[in-house]
Amino acid sequence: MGLKGKLHEIKQKYKGKKMAPAFNAIHTFLFTPDETTHSGSHVRAADDLKRTMNTVIMALVPVLVFSIFNAGYQHYSALNGFPEQFSLMEHFLTWKNAWIGIIKILPLLAVSYGVGLLVEFIFAVIKGHEVEEGYLVTGILVPLIVPIDTPLWMLAVAVIFGVVIGKEVFGGTGMNILNPALTIRAFLFFAYPTWMSGDKVWVYEARERSEAILAGATNIDAISGETVLGYLAQNKGAEMAAKYDVWDMFYGFIPGSVGETPTLLILLGGLFLIFSKIASWRIMLSAVLGSLVMGLIFNQVVDMGWITETSKFYGLMSFEFWQHLLVGGLAFGIVYMATDPVTGSQTNRGKWIYGFLIGFLSVMIRVFNPAYPEGVFLAILLMNVFAPTIDHYVLRGNVKRRMKRLQNAVIHPKDTDGKAAELQAETV
Amino acid sequence: MGLLSKKDANLILDPLADNNPITIQVLGICSALAITAELEASIVMSVAVVFVLGVGNVVISLMRNIIPSKIRIIVQLIVVATLVIMVDQVLKAFSYELSQKLGAFIGLIITNCIIMGRFEAFALANGPWKSFLDGIGNALGYGVILIIVGFFRELLGSGTLLGYSVLGDSIAKTGLYATGYENNGFMIIPPAALIVVGIIIWVQRSKNPALVEEN
Repeated sequence: MGLKGKLHEIKQKYKGKKMAPAFNAIHTFLFTPDETTHSGSHVRAADDLKRTMNTVIMALVPVLVFSIFNAGYQHYSALNGFPEQFSLMEHFLTWKNAWIGIIKILPLLAVSYGVGLLVEFIFAVIKGHEVEEGYLVTGILVPLIVPIDTPLWMLAVAVIFGVVIGKEVFGGTGMNILNPALTIRAFLFFAYPTWMSGDKVWVYEARERSEAILAGATNIDAISGETVLGYLAQNKGAEMAAKYDVWDMFYGFIPGSVGETPTLLILLGGLFLIFSKIASWRIMLSAVLGSLVMGLIFNQVVDMGWITETSKFYGLMSFEFWQHLLVGGLAFGIVYMATDPVTGSQTNRGKWIYGFLIGFLSVMIRVFNPAYPEGVFLAILLMNVFAPTIDHYVLRGNVKRRMKRLQNAVIHPKDTDGKAAELQAETV
Repeated sequence: MGLLSKKDANLILDPLADNNPITIQVLGICSALAITAELEASIVMSVAVVFVLGVGNVVISLMRNIIPSKIRIIVQLIVVATLVIMVDQVLKAFSYELSQKLGAFIGLIITNCIIMGRFEAFALANGPWKSFLDGIGNALGYGVILIIVGFFRELLGSGTLLGYSVLGDSIAKTGLYATGYENNGFMIIPPAALIVVGIIIWVQRSKNPALVEEN
């Protein structure tokens, strides 16, 4: 008897008991349940919530693997200088690099899943429903959007907050207004700002070393891991350009939150999600367009000479508009967060508006936020709040258009039994 | 036999729990969000509201038969404003620093919905003794929530209570801070109060399902 059979036996044994949902969730995690559907048998689609979630996780695995190597790469190149002749096998895909990623990122992943699923299990047992699959994707997103040196207890506190306040109070998976992963990120940002911004949090050990140097240690080298956006916000564009070129940004060999840097892999993940019809291409495309438009406007402002090099906005405003997509969390946010089917807009026209504003606002907040040169998570959370309103007006607009069409329709003069009027009443 | 009859006692006890002005009637939220970052400010605010609402309810109740109903709101405002200015002056005289910290919020007691609400709903229709009890009860119900929120926000946000460090020194890294604990900056900003009040409402309604509104 295989594992599946054993789990099935346990399930039968504990049926109706209080702990049952906890077993059932494991039983059907990657297996097909051996029971027929209870309702909606007319639905013939082969995918269920778990398969949808697993597809997103598959799209995230390359990013996770990349981030494990990048953690070490950023650490060692900040210490030893960036290699002149970059060779992938020699400098990036090395055991030395992977080791740092493994000891730093896997614990983040374990805490994220452990704590998050524990909260979900507790709520499922208390409320007496099956464990919902919502946390599967959130759990892998969370470690990818935090700085590498985030203490594990902070992550645990944030995950509890995000899952309880961001999701469970609204009624659990599918009922939440805000994306739980971004709620967790926002909580961390506002609760522990010194761990979430600055030039000492993005590279492994940067913070530890600077604290030791402050305390008087002289035998260690400092690490400065300023992000591309951080350089630009301080008007140090030239310094940044000397360190990273556009290809570094595109491949992701730059400092940043754990998994937000590899634009190429995120792009591939996005295409995978579009072709598997999990994520909406409308949201992705319109968000890209929105950020390009905002970036162009800023570039134009600089070209017109309205902003000079002395302005504190010069660095970010003069940044080539399309390069905004390559740095920071914009690409990651657009592909994996904005497309969340629960918190995003549901209507097709709504998706265009919702996505466009996410891109537009992300770049705008990025430039104008004085505390932190990034705004993707704030933009997406804000649009999460407005998504139902957008959908409402799109629907009203649709109803209005059809009403007008109905009024202009010529009702056949022979229609004396009032069928047309009845029809009209029904449509209204 | 106690000091109060059962009916009178309920006037004080009801607003503390099952008819709480903040968690059930959702009144007076603005000041609950604004001044609860520190426990001391919450306590002073609660005392001020107890005074204003207790005395104000009695005054309005005594005048209830001679106030022309067309101008009753203006009369009520004058009564609150007088009492609030008294509180403000006392604070300025005896605790200047605190009055600076609370700033405009003492003056804004005038606009606290609980006060006008109790004047309109209770003092205008009941005798002075009952109005007094009702005023004290509602103000205490408001104060209790303020103090709970203030307690958690100051403890988690600054690691202190009434200004005294209880978790250790956050700069010298002693006590709990030596283990790597950090103050939660989120608790200092007003949205945190909204969430703490929300959690109190959640706990209260899950303990007493009769309070849950029908959809």
